[in-house]
Amino acid sequence: MAILEVNNLEVYYGVIKALKDISFEVNEGEIVALIGANGAGKTTTLHTVTGLIKAAGGNIQFDGSDITKVRGDKIVSMGMAHVPEGRRVFASLTVYENLKLGAYTRKDKNEIEDTLDMIYQRFPRLLERKNQPAGTLSGGEQQMLAMGRALMSHPKLIVMDEPSMGLSPIYVNEIFNIIQDVNKTGTTVLLVEQNAKKALSIAHRAYVLETGSIVLSGDAKKLMNDESVKKAYLSE
Amino acid sequence: MMSFISYFINGLSLGSVYAIIALGYTMVYGIAKMLNFAHGDVIMIGGYVVFTVVSTMGLPPLAAILVAVIVCTVLGITIEKVAYRPLRMASPLAVLITAIGVSYLLQNIALLVFGSNPKSFTSVVSVPALKLAGGKLTISGETIVTIVTCIIIMIGLTTFIKKTKAGQAMLAVSEDKGAAQLMGINVDGTIALTFAIGSALAAIAGALLCSAYPTLTPYTGSMPGIKAFVAAVFGGIGSIPGAFLGGLLLGVIENLSKAYISSQLSDAIVFAVLIVVLLVKPTGILGKKINEKV
Repeated sequence: MAILEVNNLEVYYGVIKALKDISFEVNEGEIVALIGANGAGKTTTLHTVTGLIKAAGGNIQFDGSDITKVRGDKIVSMGMAHVPEGRRVFASLTVYENLKLGAYTRKDKNEIEDTLDMIYQRFPRLLERKNQPAGTLSGGEQQMLAMGRALMSHPKLIVMDEPSMGLSPIYVNEIFNIIQDVNKTGTTVLLVEQNAKKALSIAHRAYVLETGSIVLSGDAKKLMNDESVKKAYLSE
Repeated sequence: MMSFISYFINGLSLGSVYAIIALGYTMVYGIAKMLNFAHGDVIMIGGYVVFTVVSTMGLPPLAAILVAVIVCTVLGITIEKVAYRPLRMASPLAVLITAIGVSYLLQNIALLVFGSNPKSFTSVVSVPALKLAGGKLTISGETIVTIVTCIIIMIGLTTFIKKTKAGQAMLAVSEDKGAAQLMGINVDGTIALTFAIGSALAAIAGALLCSAYPTLTPYTGSMPGIKAFVAAVFGGIGSIPGAFLGGLLLGVIENLSKAYISSQLSDAIVFAVLIVVLLVKPTGILGKKINEKV
């Protein structure tokens, strides 16, 4: 069953058409990757889905309701969390305060504490540094914090924008392991990545974006062996 | 010696008023990244509301302050919604000019409604003066109440921001509006809340200011407003303890230079100190930049 369905999405930046008739879907329990070069429209797609940008045409269905015109902060409480590009943790707040803000839309204190414990288990580094300002963490730790913060809202769908950007290879592997882990514990993942090889290796399905349109889609393993994908994105 | 202590305490009292006003400036700057130059005039409106309620309706001063707080809160939210919100994506210069426009608008509305004649304000404070050192040192009730109010506000506000969800949301919005929205925080609502708190504080500052300096005109708010702005920059704009410290320092420096150097030059001295502070530490006394790893 599709938890997210994007139909004929069109987005403009001024007069420039950034997304041209984009349609895709994410089924419950899947990891779906959007891959493509710089400027292909990956981040724009994510921002439109999470309500940071308004669509000029088309519609977005999430968990049975139309969210095309819903304000971004409301979408979060409907069960969609977004790990933004560049992590964007609150640098002057502590790790703990950042995580608490992730649970902003939730009311039950005990449940929030349970989620917090779970996140500290998954990211022991965050527990060690819980009283440290987030701005003093390393890039990889900040990425973990951004992911933990998103998970604090207990989302049905977690949307991740370039989680491996700017990280050392060790952290990249760790982050991708965590994404798979998060998915196995029941959270659906929509992943945008420039590191196509890594993204395809953990995704179930993938869509390839080129200058604002989807040019290819299908099973991630099949796309990995597709000649044109290999040539353009896997540098082989 | 006694006179020095007396000048110093009076300076603290004046500084407390500056601090309460500066809190409004600094919170709004921290969150909306704009200088709300109409803030001083909200103080003046607060003063007029207290004056009107006490003199025409005969209500007790505390009730009058409560009415002023409500009126100013509504005024602050309205100004934000009507004048500033539509400009959220506009250039900072457009917002600045609008703020100056709102300031003149408020002054002229007051001029129209209350006239240009100064009103003599009856003090809202009924605390008796404190006599110390065998009557050599007298601290007026206004002074005591102002300082105590400022301390209570400071503690209350710090606790609110540190401990409540709405307070944490304010910090999040002040740092990164987009990321705050991704947490499910209503950014517009949080900005409106900040204006509401700042304006409520301005009403209290208005009542205290007019109690200590009992002439009320449509321009009463502009000079204290500008000085409180200086105090906020002095302490580090965006920082709440900075506004508190900057306000107190400014009040003390102003009063001491009035007493010992020259009453005409006191403002010049205050601004000269500001320039020196900014040359040495451009972020203000408590303004800080967190070094972010990239």
